[in-house]
Amino acid sequence: MTAAKAAVRPPKPTGWRAIRERMRNYAHHHRSITILWTMAIAGALLIVLPRIPPLNLIQSANPWYDAFANAGVYVLLAMGLNVVVGLAGLLDLGYAAFFAIGAYTYAYSNSPFSGQDLPFFPMLVVGAAVAAVFGIALGAPTLRLRGDYLAIMTLGFGEIVPIVFVNSDPYTNGTNGIGGIYRPEALPFFGEFSPLTSFNYMIVMIVIVTVAMMLLYRLHDSRIGRAWMAIREDELAAAANGINTVVTKLLAFALGATTSGFAGVFNASKLTIVSPDQFLFAVSFTVLAMIIVGGMGNIWGVAAGGFIVFMIQAVVLKQLSGIAETLQKAGLLPVFDIGPLHVDIAKVNFVEYQYLLFGIALVIMMLKRPEGLFPSQVRRAELHAAEELGPDDPELLGALGDTPGNDEDMGDPAASR
Amino acid sequence: MTTVAVARRSPLNRAARIVAFAVIAIVLYDIVLFVALQQSWLTGSKALTGDHAFGVAIQQTINALSIGAIYALIALGYTMVYGIIELINFAHGDVFMVGAFLSILVTAGIFGQIPGADITNIPFLILVLTVALLLVMPATGLLNLTIERIFYRPFRGGSRLAPLITAVGVSFILQNVALVVVGSGDRAAPQVFPLNWQIPIGDAKISVLSIFIFVLAVGLMLALNTFVNRTRLGRAMRATAQDQQAASLMGVDLNQTIALTFLLGGALAGAAGVVWGLRFGFVRQDLGFNAGLKAFTSAVLGGIGNINGAALGGFFIGFTENLASALGYSRWSEFLVFLILTFVLIFRPTGILGQQLGDRA
Repeated sequence: MTAAKAAVRPPKPTGWRAIRERMRNYAHHHRSITILWTMAIAGALLIVLPRIPPLNLIQSANPWYDAFANAGVYVLLAMGLNVVVGLAGLLDLGYAAFFAIGAYTYAYSNSPFSGQDLPFFPMLVVGAAVAAVFGIALGAPTLRLRGDYLAIMTLGFGEIVPIVFVNSDPYTNGTNGIGGIYRPEALPFFGEFSPLTSFNYMIVMIVIVTVAMMLLYRLHDSRIGRAWMAIREDELAAAANGINTVVTKLLAFALGATTSGFAGVFNASKLTIVSPDQFLFAVSFTVLAMIIVGGMGNIWGVAAGGFIVFMIQAVVLKQLSGIAETLQKAGLLPVFDIGPLHVDIAKVNFVEYQYLLFGIALVIMMLKRPEGLFPSQVRRAELHAAEELGPDDPELLGALGDTPGNDEDMGDPAASR
Repeated sequence: MTTVAVARRSPLNRAARIVAFAVIAIVLYDIVLFVALQQSWLTGSKALTGDHAFGVAIQQTINALSIGAIYALIALGYTMVYGIIELINFAHGDVFMVGAFLSILVTAGIFGQIPGADITNIPFLILVLTVALLLVMPATGLLNLTIERIFYRPFRGGSRLAPLITAVGVSFILQNVALVVVGSGDRAAPQVFPLNWQIPIGDAKISVLSIFIFVLAVGLMLALNTFVNRTRLGRAMRATAQDQQAASLMGVDLNQTIALTFLLGGALAGAAGVVWGLRFGFVRQDLGFNAGLKAFTSAVLGGIGNINGAALGGFFIGFTENLASALGYSRWSEFLVFLILTFVLIFRPTGILGQQLGDRA
């Protein structure tokens, strides 16, 4: 690296790059407004796109709206888990448990089973608060220990919550769950929640996701957010710099549980039934796969990851069999007979393979692209700067502090005890 | 903190103490169960009378020993891997599940046994069981070793969260590959060991199979203990567990030692899989998840990283679960195990034997 080369300033960006630069700058300084605009555009697209080709050729508008509303639940879950895993670096494997607690809270407050009929929107907050209380109760004993214990503890918690719901049938109606949950009261402009279309649910979901995203971005940029990331990078150093690690971690954990509780209430009201088998480990795992694919730590990245993975699960895999069948009828897809093997792709139930697919996707991402599909700028720089600039580059040394080799971003080092 | 106990006192003395402890624990459990079974407030309407309760108590104690042995065998793999690279190998429970299916493959595929038929010819029975163990144990060991090589080694020395997430992913992949290959739901396993071989003691009928499982497990644990404490490779394992860097400076081949740990752990899980099929007569693709969780709880309870602790914890969990089911609360047994895990983590995160360091027996 010569001194002359280091002295050359990069040329001022022009054209497309300049516009991108300015947009990025704007987004950085006016986050909430940017989110509002982006979500407004995204919401408009979600409303319009299912009505025009090519989407309306695959299925009519209502199933699309339904899928989008369900996707919103997972987007919310992914954003919540991202706080716990992506920002604070704590592995929560029982995330579905808080989802279940939110859902059952709403089911109690709003069904013939309990005889209550409380309003939906206040219950959103109550359900989330109940989930948060459970999150704190679970996190408080374990967060003093090293991270792996939290992982196994949450795994166990996620496992027993459905078991408790199944076993205490006088209170939860056992495996059948609580059905006939009432729909929310009518919205101001959009009218009643009809059982025929999920349009209203989608609108509510878009609003919830927008608000959640704004709040989470504000937290991300706040003192607490920086404390989370400091703990993720090096807990010992964070503690030495005056961060109360236990309280901060507990806050992340409780916030994740809160978001999950929101999603649970919404899901219960949308499905109008809750049953223990909706909250198995597969749900926790799917959400984990979503944030890994999306890019841990990047809020809009995990939201996009959640949306994409959910759409793959709910639409693409379901349609694949149909597409294969159509191809076969057109004579384009032969039935393979290789020795004893008889492979008929049209007969394969692709939905059955979804979790295998998620598992493989998760492992490959962890091994090959740990920053995810949509990493945040900072993370991408951290992970790849060393490759682009070479380890001794002064620019890099300036950017990363003094340790160029330190590209491990998810460190959860030494025990705190 | 994660060390394997080193024997300093006379081994005979130590063995005698362990046996005495085990006998006292078993007798105590027997008495507790005997008393509990007669309490109508505990068992509801199913309370038993004195004579009958005594028989059931003895039978259940033997059952508890066999299920505890299975948990202990799985827990050893968790504890060894955690002890050496501080990673919770979530895939370990699923390696056990694969072992259980491979065992069906051997008994049904090679020997043509069908579920429900026993082998009463003793030499043939021994042959079948030996072949099953000799084929399944290396296979699961190699599976575990391959998992380490492909999925965990790239993360070595780096962050802790990444391999943990990967381990969860690997567990999920194994489960779902099994789902694709064998489908969901219970698959009947040939219980080649005759279930009607029982030793009558008074009112009680003690199943020979349970005794066989217990003896096999204890034998494997003793072999493991000897290996870890008496051989060069075992010493390398202990050294690596104590301090990887120092061990590698002393000429220990880290890759080889870690691979060996995974191999041994996987082999023990395979043995557990074989006896699971014999004992319960069914195998399912999501078996490993639950068994793994219980085995991990055992490992934590005993003091993670401690081989003897894992064995102790396994039996403890086995007895707890048995107590719940003997009193008619079997559907709460998982809840109970989770409660134990919670309380151990709150009050004694180092586990029962976790404080043991190299300078103590």
